[in-house]
Amino acid sequence: MAMAIVLIVLALGSVAFYFFSPWNLTPLASNWGAIDGTIDITFWVTGAVFVAINLFMAVAILRYRYKQHKRAHYQPENKKLEAWLTALTTIGIAALLAPGLFVWGAFVTVPEDAHEVEVIGQQWHWSYRFPGEDGEFGAVRMGLVGNGNFFGVDPEDSRGQDDVLVQSPRVLLPIDRPVKVTLRSRDVLHNFKVPQFRAKMDAIPGQASYFWFTPTKLGEFEAVCAELCGVAHFAMRGRVDVVEQAAFDDWLAEQPTFGDLAAREPGDTEAGAELYVRCVACHGPQGGGQQATNAPRLAGLDAGYLTRQLHNFRDGVRGTHDGDRFGQQMRAFAMSLQGEGDIRDIAAYIETLPIEPARSTITGDAQRGERLYRTCANCHGAQGQGMPAFNAPRLAGMNDWYLVRQLHHFRDGIRGRHPQDIYGSQMVDMAQILVDDSALRDVVAYISSLSEAPTVTGGDQGSEEG
Amino acid sequence: MGEREYDAGSYVPPAEVEEMELVHPKTFIGKYIWSQDAKVIAIQYGITATAIGLVALVLSILMRLQLGFPNSVSLIDPSSYLQYVTMHGMIMVVYLLTALFLGGFGNYLIPLMCGARDMAFPYLNMISYWVYLASVLILVAGFFIPGGSTGAGWTLYPPQAINPGTPGVDGGIILMLVSLAVFIIGFTMGGLNYVVTVLQARTRGMTLMRLPLTVWGIFMATVMALLAFPALLVAALMMLLDRLLGTSFFMPEMLSMGETAQREGGSPLLFQHLFWFFGHPEVYIVALPAFGIVSDLIATHARKNIFGYRMMVWAIIIIGALSFVVWAHHMYVSGMNPYFGFLFATTTLIIAVPTAIKVYNWILTLWRGNIHMTVPMLFAIGFLFTFVNGGLSGLFLGNVTVDVPLSDTYFVVGHFHMVMAVAPILVIFGAIYHWYPKITGRMLNDTLGMIHFWVTFLGTYAIYYPMHFIGLEGVPRRYFAYGETTFISDSVQALNAAITIAAIIVALAQLLFLFNLAWSYFRGRESGPNPWHATTLEWQTPHTPPRHGNFGEELPVVYRWPYDYSVPGAKHDFIPQNVPPEEVER
Repeated sequence: MAMAIVLIVLALGSVAFYFFSPWNLTPLASNWGAIDGTIDITFWVTGAVFVAINLFMAVAILRYRYKQHKRAHYQPENKKLEAWLTALTTIGIAALLAPGLFVWGAFVTVPEDAHEVEVIGQQWHWSYRFPGEDGEFGAVRMGLVGNGNFFGVDPEDSRGQDDVLVQSPRVLLPIDRPVKVTLRSRDVLHNFKVPQFRAKMDAIPGQASYFWFTPTKLGEFEAVCAELCGVAHFAMRGRVDVVEQAAFDDWLAEQPTFGDLAAREPGDTEAGAELYVRCVACHGPQGGGQQATNAPRLAGLDAGYLTRQLHNFRDGVRGTHDGDRFGQQMRAFAMSLQGEGDIRDIAAYIETLPIEPARSTITGDAQRGERLYRTCANCHGAQGQGMPAFNAPRLAGMNDWYLVRQLHHFRDGIRGRHPQDIYGSQMVDMAQILVDDSALRDVVAYISSLSEAPTVTGGDQGSEEG
Repeated sequence: MGEREYDAGSYVPPAEVEEMELVHPKTFIGKYIWSQDAKVIAIQYGITATAIGLVALVLSILMRLQLGFPNSVSLIDPSSYLQYVTMHGMIMVVYLLTALFLGGFGNYLIPLMCGARDMAFPYLNMISYWVYLASVLILVAGFFIPGGSTGAGWTLYPPQAINPGTPGVDGGIILMLVSLAVFIIGFTMGGLNYVVTVLQARTRGMTLMRLPLTVWGIFMATVMALLAFPALLVAALMMLLDRLLGTSFFMPEMLSMGETAQREGGSPLLFQHLFWFFGHPEVYIVALPAFGIVSDLIATHARKNIFGYRMMVWAIIIIGALSFVVWAHHMYVSGMNPYFGFLFATTTLIIAVPTAIKVYNWILTLWRGNIHMTVPMLFAIGFLFTFVNGGLSGLFLGNVTVDVPLSDTYFVVGHFHMVMAVAPILVIFGAIYHWYPKITGRMLNDTLGMIHFWVTFLGTYAIYYPMHFIGLEGVPRRYFAYGETTFISDSVQALNAAITIAAIIVALAQLLFLFNLAWSYFRGRESGPNPWHATTLEWQTPHTPPRHGNFGEELPVVYRWPYDYSVPGAKHDFIPQNVPPEEVER
């Protein structure tokens, strides 16, 4: 009796849940309405079968519950009924399968007028490549990565010279134009997923895969990784901004090509030294940092990281939050730098400053910190030496009071929450592993013990753009 | 059919079954430790699988605490989260479900239900258990080595499984692969035993079409496992070579921690094909024994023959065969040639037909039955409800287009837990309540059983059903935390907290079950030999619990199919398989 009632309530309740639950497909922002259509068909068919079977079962349980002197019916088989049920099920299954296969036919057929973008996954961020004016991608090989060739484009391949390289996890796409997304991975499996587009696919090292879609809504869409790719899988985020064609064209023209990057002059350290004069008062003549002025150590940081942070301060991506008083001060200084060249020169100069270990001011349990630091080590290096290829700055030898403050800022969303600060936003996610203040101090105490780490500079790994 | 029973006859094939020479040890160690008695080995498998399963249960609660209360519980970090995801999945699928259904129920029930004295090769059977135990210990060792167990996910996809950036890449992955290889060796010993016993050691009159569906399910699952596990063994050995000797079976030219790795030419997709060539049949290796057992539970407790027995047998065989040609439906968005999608979506949806037939036949067995709402029957109905739900959500994921937005989300987590975790576990519970009286001679406590059922059944539905909907919203799986992901609505966090609470309640209810097992062993009501008035041979043994050799002096002779319940004209509502037509009381 109870069982029959429960079955009825559960069956009908499940259907009601479908209609009234607050969780449903995200609003569609691509051409793949047909995929949503197949989902709807499947919901209707399976929902009807689900209710029918459970109601039948409930009735059977009610009607044929145990009575002492009753006998069950003796009927080993009923060929006619079984044949009918088989035939009906086959028809129902065909009704589900046919639309699915039909839409799949469209899914695997890229329209002729589609433009192309390549999405590249790497632990744990995204980058992008456009084919440039010739409309063809140059060959890539992971063995060629290094020496400034972050994408591993074959320098011998003439098709690759005009490839547009986007090293930021943010990409723009024009609205209402079909796009073929080719996926590659530099290391492990990843999966580029923007839920609103519906389409997605794994990126595999050693081969290319693809899918296509047409963005149909303007706006900013968050991309996540949907294939387990290691410890920071959950923090691997990207962003697709769907814009008008003109805005897309402008943006694309600003991005460097492979040829541009190969021909780029390194920053001028002499000019940088002159510019650095204005930093001395707070950061010290050798970039050693001073706690009294709340200015962190700069010596040891790679040019890529410095360039990005100076851009961030200048563009209001960092140092605009009310909780970041010292960042607000820094923003004023960054705005006094004149353009791209100044920033590159000053970063190149700071990279040449000698590293001296900072005095530690924080006490914490370095042993517990070591365990916590394992997660950080994947990007910042086992010795805290920083990995420019991962856009991760050096931590070893940096002022511990500064690290504590920044971790607090990340954790509390004071830093890294700006939509343009994509690596900062990754740190906001990563900082969640530091569940309380003591964990935070412990990990910094461990980092302080790493100050003997070897120097790594960004120069030979390809420096960060923007 | 008229007055005569279906498939009953006085004719019994004349073939004599050769008597087995059994080893009858005298010492405690010989009887209960190095035992060659399939029933003792079954209990050994059962206890080991349950123990390791409890470890996996604790891991799932730790994961749920992180997901439900990410900012207030600091028990685990992202590395241990992935390690627990991996160990939970692998333990539950392989070391609990496979071992318990085949090693546990297979060992206990095959010889008894076939009317055999023991397994065909008792010594090999004993070794099979000890090798299984070794594989479990190797697996558990992963928790205690530096770097911990592997966090590659239970699918162990390369390159990440053996690449830095994944937890446990130092030793954990090696132990996992070695443990799997050892498990497969042990399983092969046991599996050959089950197959040979079913084919060769059935008693007189026990034709294949008179086997209880339990035996059919376990038999077919074992055949499939013998064919599927080698693919996993090969994949594990190849990955071990990649990890230890630096070969490149699965490793293309790639970066490792930002530097070029010394690898070239391997294919990560090759591993996925090998893994799922094992992995999909594995789903049915767990499901078919559950199908078989639940058929017998329903027939016995509804006092009615299973509807469409022959169709049920053929459905088991067809499902077993088809499940070898659907594997790539786990790989629709893997980046394999997308044209495979057409083929595998078609084969996958075809397999729904025999599966649906089984569901119809179960509910048609209930129809016009005389249904006892015993605890095993409650669990059987709980299985039907859960399995129908999980099977139908499989129609989403199997249909290639529908799968694209749903794969790698919580929809998948909800689906496979419903269909291959909760559904088979409910059958396992039902089966334990059903056969415990035969194993111990005592009944399990009904009240505790009812509470256990209701909390488990309703609790698991509360856990897994809502997951489908957050999956629909796009919430990705295997995430340690969600931060402020823009497309995930705030209410998802509230739901995650509720799911965690439900999970804790369900986990606590399992303690009640363990208590019931222990308490009833000493205090339970005496059951007698056949408390459910069942027809199959295990209930007709001269002793309860059955002694070594099962059937006393003489093996039973079988005269009829296993489902003669409520036969018109018979005095009782069941006729055991070993009762000749002329001796049926009218």
